[in-house]
Amino acid sequence: MTRARRRDERVEAEPPDVPGFRTWRGIYLFVFGWFVLVVVMLTVFTGIFS
Amino acid sequence: MNVADWIVLLGTIVGIAAYGVWRTRHVRSISTYLRGSASAGWGTIGLSVMATQASAITFLSIPGQGFESGIGFVQNYFGLPLALIIVCTVFLPMYRRLNVYTAYEFLGQRFDKKTRLLGAGLFLLQRGLAAGVTIYAPAIILSTVLGWRLDLVIVFTGLLVIVYTVTGGSEAVALTHKWQMTMISAGMVTALVVLLLRLPEGLGFTEAAHVAGALGKLQAVDFSLDPSRRYTVWTGVFGGLFLSLSYFGTDQSQVQRYIGGASLREGRLGLMFNAVLKIPMQFVILLIGALLFVFYQFTAHPVFFNQAEWRRYADDGRFAALELQHADALAQSQSAIRAWLQARTSDDATREARARATMVAANNRTAAVRAEARVALVAADPRTKTKDSDYVFITFILTQLPHGAIGLLVAVMFAAALQSKAAELAALGATTTIDFWRHFRPLAAADEGRNVRVARRFTAMWGLFAVAFALFAGFAENLIEAINILGSIFYGVLLGLFLVAFFLRRVGGSAVFFAALVAEGLVIVMYLSLNIGYLWYNIIGCAACVAFSVALQGVLPPRVRAHEDRAG
Repeated sequence: MTRARRRDERVEAEPPDVPGFRTWRGIYLFVFGWFVLVVVMLTVFTGIFS
Repeated sequence: MNVADWIVLLGTIVGIAAYGVWRTRHVRSISTYLRGSASAGWGTIGLSVMATQASAITFLSIPGQGFESGIGFVQNYFGLPLALIIVCTVFLPMYRRLNVYTAYEFLGQRFDKKTRLLGAGLFLLQRGLAAGVTIYAPAIILSTVLGWRLDLVIVFTGLLVIVYTVTGGSEAVALTHKWQMTMISAGMVTALVVLLLRLPEGLGFTEAAHVAGALGKLQAVDFSLDPSRRYTVWTGVFGGLFLSLSYFGTDQSQVQRYIGGASLREGRLGLMFNAVLKIPMQFVILLIGALLFVFYQFTAHPVFFNQAEWRRYADDGRFAALELQHADALAQSQSAIRAWLQARTSDDATREARARATMVAANNRTAAVRAEARVALVAADPRTKTKDSDYVFITFILTQLPHGAIGLLVAVMFAAALQSKAAELAALGATTTIDFWRHFRPLAAADEGRNVRVARRFTAMWGLFAVAFALFAGFAENLIEAINILGSIFYGVLLGLFLVAFFLRRVGGSAVFFAALVAEGLVIVMYLSLNIGYLWYNIIGCAACVAFSVALQGVLPPRVRAHEDRAG
């Protein structure tokens, strides 16, 4: 494994440095959860006003 | 527009462009010129990605879409957050690891030269031809409504964007994007607040939303599996995922926005910023359209919003009669809405249902008169464009907003036109310089100053081409749709190339190159012989490219495979 490759992998493994999140997977799960929540809220909105 | 509006309009539009030129006047590094500042944070990247996608048509047409068909269009964006997660995990780390300037350089490193040139060529063909439309489409609407000369609007916006994009390249684009998006947000919030304040006495947001909902404008989600429905959750998630992946992952105008920046973290957070905010933002813009629909139930408005077109027949008795019919239908609709609002507060469900049916019938009558007006326009001149929903929001802006705010909202439209155009020009300039000019002059890569000069020239060349094309487009309006179709014909194969590159490691350059050519040929033959919606060609092109690549790799002579294995 080259030094450059090891450096790249280290960079990719770096934590996102966002309060409340230790890994990128956590960020992606949050974004996915937010997307699901938005769809649920839009469904509720449709139910109330249509 | 009065003096205050002009000051706000020119002050913001020219001011932001001048700021971009002044801040980036010393750019001498090809990396900064093509990838933007190496210190850009996630906020700048996120706003720049958002700005690139938000063209003037977003702010002119989408409220009109909400007005005409309701807010179901929001579902089109459901695939976007999922696509951005894939871009963050697969595309972005690879682009940064290989330290590329363009997405197509990656194809060259993963496959070979010919595949890189094919990818870059497909992008230039598609974006280059669309370049004129991003200037022309908003210019035709704004010049019609404001009574300005179309050619002057095109030349003014075109030259302004050329000046700052050529001067500072990608860095100037990102810097101006930040301020343009800030101004656009302020303008849209102003329009929403004024709209809510202008609703009739006793009609707050909740009542207005109930009226819009009862008249079919607030169905945000539709879980129907009926394939004939245009916007459903399923078409949004699957079709939207596909389109967003090709747009954000392989289109250089977007890739260029996030491959630069201080680190991989900044790029990822910038994309996640969009994944979180895009759907709510589009929802609000569509909601403005639905609320405009309610507003115009209580406010006199033209039977056809493109008044410049309608006034051509002002002396025709049939058109005058339609105006009277529309005013009468609107008055009936208004009292039916008030009766329904009163019935809602009573506990009598039968009365409420009857009032609702009356209101819906009255609204259908108004819609029928509007449809009749469109038929009359076509009968008078078959070349008339009958879609007037693009003129709804701008009509509201010019007739209902206070002076100063009018200037701000017109500036919003120009800023949106400039921001999408700037990203497009920077991407076209970068691809022409890196994937073509530098590819055929490898020795020139060492001369940094020459590279920047050449990139500037190519960016300017594309800008002038776009202006010339927009001026020509005035004579052939169907060109806009033709260019959208052309995009769909090439986009799918381009995404197919990248999907093979990322996910099918065993497929080599020759297999994917010839597979892409065959897939493109197949798409063109299908387009010429079948009658299906052109958006389907995105999926067909991509699937064909991937399938043919796998099949060709299996049948290629061992000599080619061995050669590619060594090269890889």
